[in-house]
Amino acid sequence: MHLSKLDWRPGKRKMSRTILVNAIRFLVLVFMQVFLLKNITFYNLSTPYLYILFILLLPFEVPNILLFALSFLLGLTIDAFYDTPGLHAAACVVLALVRVLFISITVQKDGFDNEPEPTLSIMGFRWFFTYALVLTLFHHFFLLNLEVFSFTEIQYTLSRVVLSSIFTVFLMLISGLLFFRRKERK
Amino acid sequence: MRNLLIFITKYNAFFLFLIFEISSLLIYIKYNSFQKATFINSTNKVTGTLYTQVSQFYGYLSLKEVNDSLARENASLHGQLKSAFYIDSVEKRKVVDTVYKQQYTYIVARVINNSTNKRSNYITINRGSKEGIAKDMGVICSSGVVGLVVDVSEHLAIVQSVLNKNTRLSAMLANNKEIGSFIWGTDLDPKKGLLIDIQNDAQPKLGEQVVTSGYSLFPTGIPFGKITNLHAKGGGLLLNVDVTLAVDFSKLEYVYVVNNKFASEQTGLEAGQKKNE
Repeated sequence: MHLSKLDWRPGKRKMSRTILVNAIRFLVLVFMQVFLLKNITFYNLSTPYLYILFILLLPFEVPNILLFALSFLLGLTIDAFYDTPGLHAAACVVLALVRVLFISITVQKDGFDNEPEPTLSIMGFRWFFTYALVLTLFHHFFLLNLEVFSFTEIQYTLSRVVLSSIFTVFLMLISGLLFFRRKERK
Repeated sequence: MRNLLIFITKYNAFFLFLIFEISSLLIYIKYNSFQKATFINSTNKVTGTLYTQVSQFYGYLSLKEVNDSLARENASLHGQLKSAFYIDSVEKRKVVDTVYKQQYTYIVARVINNSTNKRSNYITINRGSKEGIAKDMGVICSSGVVGLVVDVSEHLAIVQSVLNKNTRLSAMLANNKEIGSFIWGTDLDPKKGLLIDIQNDAQPKLGEQVVTSGYSLFPTGIPFGKITNLHAKGGGLLLNVDVTLAVDFSKLEYVYVVNNKFASEQTGLEAGQKKNE
């Protein structure tokens, strides 16, 4: 009780810093997605959707209701620019559920104190790569199938899912290395 | 009741998932069947302003190409002026021409948002109902057909481009006026279209122009592209023809919205005929 009282101030400051970092990340990722990545594609097969990195990098301690609400909001923001109301929002909510399940399986609850965020520099390459790949595959599979809305072109859609996921994960790893901070690694 | 609450809090992630997923799917299904008639799209104030700003910036990058294409178009228009023709009769009279009345007028607009890599591609232009643009008007550019206006706000409009699975326009072969339908190619290639349901005896040739027929919202003879490949449709009397598009959709900058003055008269007349049947 005594300790928690002492920790109250720094904890509060740390929290407001987390909120600020995530808000900036939200804006930067949406801008990049809408004005840069939207125009990038390889043979109409591989299109990156890097904006989901925002959901991936939310802190471990974020409450479920906030996680789902933010995912929904992020999806709707992207939808507003892509003229597809509801499509990205639906895919992002699926992504949030997969994130909850993946983290509950692979990370112990008591490890949250010294591992606040699931970034590349904190969690290490192997864990982050698996995490990013699984979540991206789920998101892209749901997004592209919902967009096509028919099983007749399933082969073409699946190849789009795989190739787009490779592109997105590649960009995620690059951005992870770009903001890599060595001292955080234990 | 208490057990139910415990159950819900224990699996709260799943219930939250259900709530948000169902609401987003409802939005998706509801608004996409209403032809984008919603405020969550690129004609609303915030996204519209942002797109306008960014496209102004991009406009500078392609000034050279735009200038070239405008100069080319100017040259071809100059060629159609009266002063470009040699008059071989000495006597000149001014007559009030009552034979020709203007049927089509054109409104120039700038493309402020564009995509070519999706299944349903839409273009946003910076002219709206205030400048006289209405739903179902045709859109062309200097090199060919671009699409149809599907939604209009006060200052902006959304154009369903030819690169859209739902677009189907009346077209014909330039030489022998054989009528067919023009759709986007099956493999989502932004450079290819498909002319379908041509009569088998039309004998189209490679390299022949495919143009708009007079049966659509467009003036006759606006090019779609050139024939690059012929293949018969299995077991039918009809031909499918591959067409390379004349318009480079990834570099669209300025477009013209076609206002057909007889369009409402024609649709009204045809609707009345249908009712009589």
